[in-house]
Amino acid sequence: MSLSPPSSLRARAEALAGPLPPLQAQAEQLARTLLLGGHGRRQAGMGDEFWQYRPAEPGDAGRSIDWRRSGRSDGHFVREKEWQSAQSVHLWADLSASMGFSSDKNHPTKQERAGLLTMALAILLMRGGERVALASLGTPPRIGALQLRRIAEGLRFDPNAEAADVEAADYGAPDATSFLPKSRAVFLSDFLGPIEPLEHAIGAAADRGITGLLYQILDPAEEAFPFQGRTVFTSMAGGLRHETLRASDLRDRYLDRLSERKTQLAHLAHQAGWRFATHHTNTPAQPALLWLYEGLEGAR
Amino acid sequence: MWILGPVGFTAPWVLLGLLALPILWFVLRAVPPAPIRRRFPGVALLLGLTDDETEADRTPWWLLLLRMLAVAALILAFAGPVLNPRVDRGGSGPLVILLDASWASAPDWALRMGRVEQALEEAGADNRTVCILSATDISAQPCDFLSASDWRARLPGLAPAPYAPDMADLLAALGTIQGGYETLWLSDGLDRLGRDDVLDVLEAKGAVSVFETPRALYGLGPTTVDETGVDLLVQRRGTVGEASVAVLAHGPDPAGVPRVLARQEVTFGSGEDAVSALFDLPPELRNRITRFEIESQRSAGAIRLADDSLKRREVGLVTVRDSREGLQLLSQLHYLRAALNGKADVIEGALADLIQANPDVIILADIAHLSGGEAAPLLDWVDAGGLLLRFAGPNLAASDVARDAEDPLLPVRLRAGGRTIGGAMSWGEPKTLRPFAETSPFYGLPVPEDVTVSAQVMAQPDPDLAARVIATLGDGTPMVTRKPVGQGQVVLFHVTANAEWSTLPLSGLFVSMLDRLAVTSRAAKAQVDDLAGQTVQPLKRLDGFGTLSDAAAMVPVEGAVFATAKASAATPPGLYQTRDSVLALNILGPEDHLIATQWPADVPVTGSQTRSERPLTPALLLAALLLLGADVIASLWLSGRLFGARVVPILLLALSIPLSSTRAQDAPDTLSDAFALAASSEVALAYVRTGDARIDSLSEAGLAGLSAVLNARTSVEPSPPMGVSLDTDPLGVFPILYWPVTADQPIPSADAYIKLNAYLRTGGMILFDTRDADVASFGAATPTGLKLQALARPLDIPALEQIPEDHVLTRTFYLLREFPGRHAEGTVWVEASANAEQAEGMPFRNLNDNVTPVVIGGGDWAAAWAVDDTGVPLVPVGRGFNGERQRELAYRFGVNLVMYVLTGNYKSDQVHVPALLDRLSQ
Repeated sequence: MSLSPPSSLRARAEALAGPLPPLQAQAEQLARTLLLGGHGRRQAGMGDEFWQYRPAEPGDAGRSIDWRRSGRSDGHFVREKEWQSAQSVHLWADLSASMGFSSDKNHPTKQERAGLLTMALAILLMRGGERVALASLGTPPRIGALQLRRIAEGLRFDPNAEAADVEAADYGAPDATSFLPKSRAVFLSDFLGPIEPLEHAIGAAADRGITGLLYQILDPAEEAFPFQGRTVFTSMAGGLRHETLRASDLRDRYLDRLSERKTQLAHLAHQAGWRFATHHTNTPAQPALLWLYEGLEGAR
Repeated sequence: MWILGPVGFTAPWVLLGLLALPILWFVLRAVPPAPIRRRFPGVALLLGLTDDETEADRTPWWLLLLRMLAVAALILAFAGPVLNPRVDRGGSGPLVILLDASWASAPDWALRMGRVEQALEEAGADNRTVCILSATDISAQPCDFLSASDWRARLPGLAPAPYAPDMADLLAALGTIQGGYETLWLSDGLDRLGRDDVLDVLEAKGAVSVFETPRALYGLGPTTVDETGVDLLVQRRGTVGEASVAVLAHGPDPAGVPRVLARQEVTFGSGEDAVSALFDLPPELRNRITRFEIESQRSAGAIRLADDSLKRREVGLVTVRDSREGLQLLSQLHYLRAALNGKADVIEGALADLIQANPDVIILADIAHLSGGEAAPLLDWVDAGGLLLRFAGPNLAASDVARDAEDPLLPVRLRAGGRTIGGAMSWGEPKTLRPFAETSPFYGLPVPEDVTVSAQVMAQPDPDLAARVIATLGDGTPMVTRKPVGQGQVVLFHVTANAEWSTLPLSGLFVSMLDRLAVTSRAAKAQVDDLAGQTVQPLKRLDGFGTLSDAAAMVPVEGAVFATAKASAATPPGLYQTRDSVLALNILGPEDHLIATQWPADVPVTGSQTRSERPLTPALLLAALLLLGADVIASLWLSGRLFGARVVPILLLALSIPLSSTRAQDAPDTLSDAFALAASSEVALAYVRTGDARIDSLSEAGLAGLSAVLNARTSVEPSPPMGVSLDTDPLGVFPILYWPVTADQPIPSADAYIKLNAYLRTGGMILFDTRDADVASFGAATPTGLKLQALARPLDIPALEQIPEDHVLTRTFYLLREFPGRHAEGTVWVEASANAEQAEGMPFRNLNDNVTPVVIGGGDWAAAWAVDDTGVPLVPVGRGFNGERQRELAYRFGVNLVMYVLTGNYKSDQVHVPALLDRLSQ
């Protein structure tokens, strides 16, 4: 590969960074709609928040006694703080070609929605003090503005990118091997591709005590199948092709398969102790973010 | 030309193209319709699914057939097909073409000329000499046998006459033709006296063939006029089955533009040949009718000209305030009403109103003084041809009208006081009338002995008095005087219109005098009887096709001749001017009937339908086009693209083009009905559409939010808010209009302001929102503030004040101190209370009985109220909790406002309840 002149490098870098601030700003705005509070571990430990007073026991250091409280009664009391600890959360947003689909120009593509949710979730989690990693980058979970920016860059979707394998470009699958044990994971995808890689990933994650969320993002057209007449369906990258003489006849059977796929995903999630839900791109993002955030909160 | 059965082809070799159709069949069959390609991520789920039905990978046979037919139609069209190709027929010797050329042949004149042309062509081909003889236009030298080409040049000069041919003249003309000839008789199909004699003569000379069109002929028969309306007899000849025709009444509209004033559909029963059409029209309309006409019949017989006999005079009686109620027989107008009853259309009212109605006659009974505002238009009206009929009476005698100088609205000068003859306090006997002079319009009327005059107003002797007197008393004093004014005239009866001063109104002479003065209508018969000794000048004449043209150049007709005349060459049908009226001479007299001809069996009669040549090319091309159009739709349907997003609008557009003309007329009514129904079946909040899509959607969302709050918290359960277009929608059904002011919204039309003012006066309320309270204070000229001034200028808005602390609006539902919207600042303006100082120390205001018609502010309330479909606020208000509090207050203001509008002053009356209860308990 020949060296690019600096000017072209600059231009490419700007084009690359172009979508970042809007995405980050949009995600910040979305994240701001959820009221944040400190989330303790509901048990005594290291932290800033007060947890409870307990009677002093032998072995407690003298300076740990809360004299103000002890002065109001006969016994001695120790002031305990709530244990606060940081979690690691791995986020995976599907960046394959199939996520670039939108049936209506008024709806965002599935990828845009997934990227927005991922980014907003990352911001929320970092506000809560968690460490976040984007699975596709392969970096360990970190906290801070730099990591946020790295995640935003990693979420950049290039519809024109040429993948080596056309089949792989159509549908993506997460890779959970680099996830930290006992951490959390969130997978956002349409899950329309082959289900085996996903089973492997969740299996591998469950083996290491990772729990998390499966969030399926679908376009309304994928739920309605509003097609008629003689049609050749191709996948977004062109790897798959199916021809029908009367698309309207396929509708019922397609919907059966789709609901079967959802059942499969829900079953998979249930087995691994994960949670599963479906989101449509024509509905607002805020309830989706709320579900994701509460899902992580509840699992903690 | 190649002839195949009834169809001939001008280019038969093109038909070889039909041989290519089978090849086309196989080619088209091999090409299936193309599929659509769609990118769809769900394809992974589709893999392995097979189609239930395996059709359509080949073009279906019916689509192929459609295309085949289209191509076949094209090939046939280009082969030049002709239906009923003409086949020549021979003959020899001179040929006489005899045309009836009456009005009855006018409807299919072109067809007849075509037949004549064809006969000329054939005669030309056979080298025969031809003579064309028109039975209605027989000249001194009736027939010159010329070559066909010579006659062809003269053909355009032939036209149907508006009367029937005179068979005696025709017989005489035929007698002058020497030698034998063949005859083609183009009959008009009406049986008339003498036709058989003519046929005998013609048959003696040679072969006779008759051409007659079988189509129905309609004529308008005699007219009868009576109380119920105008009755026209519609006659027909020809068809015996049921048929219906429309009779139109033509005349000028008030602006003078010719229009169809009425339309009457009449239906002939099976076998009926005459049906009457009754026109029951208001007199104004009926007096304007100039002619009746059978729709789409181009013939003079289908026209009936209307003349003065159709008109009923319109008489205006000027009524004055009648203080002596009940003394009917003493009323000045009683005898006039009785005399005019049934003979004229009487309208009564104030003089100014009557002049507006423009009657033929205005009668002033003992009204002396006219105000300047009445006299000038009355004079104009008389000038333009009106007849002003005045009666004397105590008022006129006591007044000083026309004492010193002549009044333009009185024929003569009057002496003060009048005179009384033969009363208890005077000398002499009551006077009788002298027989009428020959120059008087009353000449010839018998004077009854018992008509006496006991009081009258006297005319001043003037040089031109003698010329103006048209009736005198026995002693020579004027009794009735007349003066022409412009085109009209003023007539004064020097006695009262009641029986106080004379017995004239009690006698039949009174009615006859009114009749002679043309106050009442007269029968046409009576007018014709009067014609003896007059000459009658033709005004307009009809031609055979029924076109009216000017006839001023024609020779006047002797009145006695005209009285018995039928339509003929000497007296063509049309309008004739007699001395004082216009008479119409129409084609069909009272005893005329349309009877079909009966030809002897040996005369060959041909109609039109056998010989008409019709090229079929346009029809076939049209068929091919329609088939191809059907093919487009069918192909789209097969490939599933018929109802695609892009095709449907195009199809709708194509379908709506022919529909739009009809829908454009009835749409607004049904639309506004549906709108009013939707708005009035529930309480609906409404906003004014500004034309700015963003503002309008925000207004809608805002009112939706407010509606939701009302629904949740109060007993008001509004239906979804509605946008209102001020120009088209009815406003009265809405309790409140939210009107966001934008700087560039258009000023409503004048009609819209009329509606808005009516809305404000009948209890509606408009909430004006300039949406700029953050930058504007009162008096600051913001763009929306200036716009509000421009918008509100034509509105009927009372004086305003800043909303006082104890205004009802502050306590109709919530207790409020301020009324924030998206902006917390700003003041709200309402109608100023009438007299605030009379509040009597009451904390609550009981003065403004009415709801203020406007509330003006700039809080941008709709933005604060606005929610989306899921109930989430659309626009941020303020910051944090304070912002939410501000939004809540905005909602409370909205609730208060709606409560205020719906309950009116009920809430302000509520403050008296404790006092009332207190008083009751005492």
